[in-house]
Parts: sequence; structure tokens; C-alpha cells
Amino acid sequence: MWDVIKLVVLGAVAVLAAYAATQARDLAYMVNAATVMLAAGIAFAWMLRARGQSVSASPLEYNDGVIRAGVIATAGWAIVGFLVGTTIAFQLAFPWLNPEWAQGYLNFGKLRPLHTSAVIFAFGGNALLATSFYVVQRTSAARLFGGNLAWFVFWGYQLFIVLAATGYILGATQSKEYAEPEWHVDWWLTFIWVLYLVVFLGTIMKRREPHIYVANWFYLSFIVTIAMLHIVNNLSVPVSFFGSKSVQLFAGVQDAMTQWWYGHNAVGFFLTAGFLGMMYYFVPKQAERPVYSYKLSIVHFWALIFLYIWAGPHHLHYTALPDWASTLGMVMSIALWMPSWGGMINGLMTLSGAWDKLRTDPVIRMMVVSVGFYGMSTFEGPMMAIKAVNSLSHYTDWTIGHVHSGALGWNGMITFGALYFLVPRLWARERLYSLTLVSWHFWLATIGIVLYISAMWVSGIMQGLMWREVDDQGFLVNAFADTVSAMHPMYLTRALGGVLYLTGGLIMCYNLWATVAKQPRVASASVAAVPAE
Amino acid sequence: MSKKPVKSPKKEVQTTGHSWDGIEEYNNPLPRWWLWTFYICVIWGVGYSVLYPAWPLINGATPGLLGHSTRADVAADIARFEAANAPIVEKLVSTELTEIANDPELINYTRNAGAAVFRTWCVQCHGSGAAGNPGGYPNLLDNDWLWGGDVETIHTTITHGIRNTDDPDARYSAMPAFGRDELLEPAQIAQVVQHVRAISGQEHDAALAADGAVVFEENCASCHMEDGTGDRTQGAPNLTDAIWLYGGDVATLTETVTNARFGVMPNWGGEFGRLTEAEVRAVALYVHSLGGGE
Repeated sequence: MWDVIKLVVLGAVAVLAAYAATQARDLAYMVNAATVMLAAGIAFAWMLRARGQSVSASPLEYNDGVIRAGVIATAGWAIVGFLVGTTIAFQLAFPWLNPEWAQGYLNFGKLRPLHTSAVIFAFGGNALLATSFYVVQRTSAARLFGGNLAWFVFWGYQLFIVLAATGYILGATQSKEYAEPEWHVDWWLTFIWVLYLVVFLGTIMKRREPHIYVANWFYLSFIVTIAMLHIVNNLSVPVSFFGSKSVQLFAGVQDAMTQWWYGHNAVGFFLTAGFLGMMYYFVPKQAERPVYSYKLSIVHFWALIFLYIWAGPHHLHYTALPDWASTLGMVMSIALWMPSWGGMINGLMTLSGAWDKLRTDPVIRMMVVSVGFYGMSTFEGPMMAIKAVNSLSHYTDWTIGHVHSGALGWNGMITFGALYFLVPRLWARERLYSLTLVSWHFWLATIGIVLYISAMWVSGIMQGLMWREVDDQGFLVNAFADTVSAMHPMYLTRALGGVLYLTGGLIMCYNLWATVAKQPRVASASVAAVPAE
Repeated sequence: MSKKPVKSPKKEVQTTGHSWDGIEEYNNPLPRWWLWTFYICVIWGVGYSVLYPAWPLINGATPGLLGHSTRADVAADIARFEAANAPIVEKLVSTELTEIANDPELINYTRNAGAAVFRTWCVQCHGSGAAGNPGGYPNLLDNDWLWGGDVETIHTTITHGIRNTDDPDARYSAMPAFGRDELLEPAQIAQVVQHVRAISGQEHDAALAADGAVVFEENCASCHMEDGTGDRTQGAPNLTDAIWLYGGDVATLTETVTNARFGVMPNWGGEFGRLTEAEVRAVALYVHSLGGGE
């Protein structure tokens, strides 16, 4: 009966999407509708074939299939995101890489949101999805709640990524940074996200451990807050039910403030809280040491989530935003410094007594460098939120460098560490294919990051100084074009850093593939849910 | 002799007793430096929010004890420079354009101001070195002027612009689209193109050019003059030199004759422009001083 309802719904979705595609007012919407039709059709066919074959998994066995899929998706989207990023780095250094024939599709303006969404939402999002499903099962000693719901969340999220990406290329965008997808894609993500919350929370509720592990607090705060941010920042009225264009509910400075309340907390809850959840599981696991301080976990968790949500206005210093909002954003950002560092301390000090592992284990080295970059960029952030600093750094490449020290250093490296941890366990292999290759990845990525961020520091500070330079009569000294040509060498260095980071990513993919393909299978692996106490 | 005191072994820290998937947690206290730095940041933040505008009220917000405002800061900055420059700006606006160069202090200020205006508003089309750009943006460094190169003419061009729809006094002229509007046959266009190449001293087909001379005289000479040297009162370019707005090769010339060109420049001064009279004067004198001024 339940199967029949599912089939009917999928069939209806496919038919409605086909109808929407024929009525589409614009190309992006038409392609999106056709994609939905295709996805619903494939799901329909798959369900039909699978009917009757009862696959009842033991309720005591972890659901690891969806995590394996998530790991593959994470690694795949990583390469896509890094590749597009490196491409646009070269496009900035060499404008002729935006050829006439690619205008409107593959020029910098179209590829840039594709890059940011690919790395944050596709690579980062899948990493969070996969690791949260892994961690919540292990630390709750319970199978994922909701049967195949986790699979639906996984595939639904991939569909969201594809809809958003094709929309960007074909011109459907709200022009809100990191919230570019138009209303119909936003609705889909909202639906998927609520189901994600159901799976995660359901698993926690049926846990067989007395307490909820700290990693799960962070994951949960990430899921809940992202839902709130996503809904409020995307409040809009579609122009037509059959078109991608929508009109924002807020206007002017209110819209700008809502956008940066969202934008800053996308960093705070997606890229910080979520990834701290990852750190709190994988670092103690890989180091085989207890977490440094339970007390610190509690205090820095609550301080972090309380303070982060107020820091958004620092993105709008010296704009139409009133001074009072700007001040509050700044002081909240300063107060946020130590709560952010609480996570770094807990991560690094967990290694006390196991520092020798840095010499022998490149995976733990990756995690430690990741936590180091986390500490560096969460110091740099509050500093850049100070109005006087921001008047120099705002709109310059310094911001880009800051974001990448966090994204490449912290988010990237901790995810690589988690992937190296997960693959042998999920595929029941004794060990990784090659630790030497992990070392190569580590050094290529680290050198790539250092090249990237130091180039952007130089470029950004130079840009800021050149823009503000006035002579004693009050006239601007530099033309904008002068600053652009002065940045060329730094743009080359940045692109080179990107190439190194991408190369490291490719090496990782090979290493992970070889681990599964070339390493012998072992019997063990903890697939049965057993409470630790 | 004293013996160094033996450090007592560090007090063993206990774990909390919880364990998840083998992960335990130490019950270490909060690091003191961490806690105190956190307190200091919070206290500093509270202090800062008392001194500066911060806390929202029903209508407005607390102004802060210092009464600081970023908008007032900018206004004060601008006012300071404007006050400092006021006497010389006054002099710049009231002096005859042609006389400004005779006052060393005034011309010094004017060229500096003009260069700044140029860097901000003009480089987008004319290039940061003022050497122009392909596609119809003239080089301002040479003495080849479309509408005239004395300082007053340059001033008029900048004030009202060229072929824009915002200023009724904008300079205006339009070349006919000889091909698109079927004023000339393609064969005639090919001939006149060869003629233009001939008078500009480029390689050409002599037979076609000879026929082209007739076409030129009948269709082009009224603006570009019989000898092709152009007419500044209409902004008709000189076709006999090696300087081209769009290009002097056969393909580009054919395109120009077939579809015509309609280069537009914004009106920067006057009633509708965005620059002050002093700024327009300054940039006019700056452009005049670049090398080709007459």
C-alpha cells in the first residue's frame, strides 16, 4: 500500500514537472523542470523494479550505504568545485579566458557562483551530510531513523545541487551571495532540509547512550539554524508559477542586512558549527585520545551559537546600514573570538600525549593543520570586523584570502581527514592504499593554501591602500584600472595555489579509489550498533 | 647547596565517565587565559557600545557618549578639502580658460585636479594612459581631433558630450548606413573602401579605387571633404592619416561604410552632467596638456 502511494506521488511529480516544462517562461525553469521530471521518472522506475523484494535490514546494523554514497559525492564535488575555482582564478589573471563565445554561460560572472556553491553546498554539504549520518549512528549506537529516508535526503540534496548549478549557468539567480538559487529550488531545499532534520533528530531520540555527544550538538545546531536562515533570507514572491524569477520580500538596507545575517551565519553554522561537529568526532578517533575538556565544549558551544547570529552587520560597515547596527555587529564579532578558539583548543589539546603521531600519521597531521587554519581564520575574522580594519579590507582581495584560509584550510583539510578515516572503515579495508600519497596531498594542499592566502593578503592590502590614497588636495591618486594591473602577479600566484590544491584533491581521489579497489577486504568493521556503556 | 624541588607529578585529570564509540572526555577546567580573554573581549564590547551608537530603541538608537557618526566623519573630511581648495576653485571657475595656463599656481592645481577627474571618469573608455581603445574610443595624446583641439572646444565636448540623449546641446552628427539603408551597392562600397585606402596611403586595388573616387565625391565628400581630410564642425574624421577610430583594414572599413558608426560620449558638465564646472574645466585643461592641444 505504502509503495503504491509512493509510486503515485512520483508519477504525479513527473507529470506535473513535464507540464511545467512545457509552460516554462524561461530556459532555466524549463531545464529545471525537465530535470525534476527525469529524476522523478528514474525514482519511479527504480521503485517499480524494487517492489516486492523485501530488504529488511537489521535494526541493529548501521545504515552505511548512504554514507558510502555521501563519501563518493563529497570527493566528486570536491574536484568539480576546485576545478571551477582554479578556472576562474585564471580567468581573473587572464581576461581573454572569458572568450566571446562563452559570454553569458561560462564567463567569470556565471562561473563564480557555480564555484562557491559547488565547494560550500556540494562539497561541504555532502561532507556534512555523510559525516553527520556516520557520527550520529556511532555516537548514538542506533541505526539512522526513518528507513530509506536518509537515501531520499541524499538524492534530494544532489538534485538540489544540479538544479541550482544549471540554473546559474542559464541565468536563474536571486543575486544574493551564497543564496543564489531561485524560489522553486529554495522550496525543494527546504523540503529536503526538514527531512534531514527528521532523520538526524529521530536518530538522536532513539539513541541507546544516556548522553548526546558534543559532535551531535554542533550538527544539530547547524541543521536547525541553516533551516531558519534559508527560509528567512529566501522570502520572496514568484513572478509566475512557471518562471524562475521572483521578487524579494525585503528591500534596500533591510534586504542587505537580511542577506548578510544569512551570509555570515552560513559561514557560522554551515562552515563552522557543522565542521566542528566533524572535528569533535574524527580528531579524538584518529588520535585515539579523550577530548581535552568537556567543560570547554559546553561553554564554547553555547557562546559560539549565541554570538555568531549577531555578527552579520560587520559585512556592511560604512554602507547605508545605521551606525548602531554596525557597532553591534563589530562588538559581537570581537566577543566571538574566544568562543571560536574554544573549538581550536579542544581540538589541539586532544592531541596532548599523542603529539608523536604527527610524525607518523599524515591523516592526523591534516586534521591538526585544519584546526590551526580554523584558529587563524577565526582570529582574522574578528580583526577584519573592526571598523578601522574593515575600511581598508572591505571589497578587497583580503576578504577572498580570509574566506579561503577558512575554506581550504579548515573545511577542506578536516574533510580530507574525515574521508581518509572513513573510506577504509566504510568499505571494510584494513588500511588506506598509500600513506605516502596522503603525505603528498597534505603538502600540496598546505603549500597551495599558503600561496593562495599570502597572495591575497598582499593583493588585498595593496588594493585597499591604492583605493584610499589621496593627495594633499584631496584627489584620488590611482585609477581603478591601475589597481587591477598591479594585482596581476598576485593573481597568478593565487591561480598556482589553486592548481596545487586541486592536484592534491585528485591524488586523494585516486588514493581513496585504490583503497577500495586494490586493498583486500577485512571481515571486522563496526557495523553493529553497540552502546559503548 | 640547594637541591631543585622535585615537581610533584601533575594531578591526574579524570574523564567525565561518558564514552561514545570509544571517545571519552577529560574533565579539564576552562583554560584561564581563554576565560580571561573572553571576559576582556566582552567587557571591551560593552564599553565600546556605551561610547558609540549601539543599542536600538523604539525610535532610533543610543547615540553613544562620544556622539560619533560615520556619515558626519565623511562629511567633515569632504568639507575640510573643499574649504582648503575653495579659493583656488573659485579662481579656476572665474578665469578665462585660455588664461589659466598663465598662472603657474592655478595651472598646477588644475592639471592635478584634471588628472584625478580623468582617472576616475575617463579612463574606462580612453584608457589609463589616455591613448584610447580600439572600437571607437579616440586617442587623446595625438593632435588628431574629431571636434577640435583647442581648450575651449575640448571644454564644450566634455560639458555636453557627443550623441547622447541626455543633453540637448550634445554634439551631434550621424554617418549614413550606406549599405544597410541601400544607399550604395556592395560593389560601390568595395570601390569606395579601396579609395579610402588609397588616400590614406595603404595598399589598394588601383582600378577599384579609381571608381571609388567618384563614389566618394558623390556620397562622402560633403562631410569628409573632397580630399578626405574631414570636417571638425561635423566631427567627420580625417581619412588621409594613419589614425583610425575603428580600423583602416578592408573588413573594418567595409563594416563602417555599410552600417555606419555612432560613437557616444556622456555629458559630464552643464545642467545635466555629474561633474562640477571646476572639474570639467580641470579635466579639459588636463586633456589639452596631454600633447595634442591646440
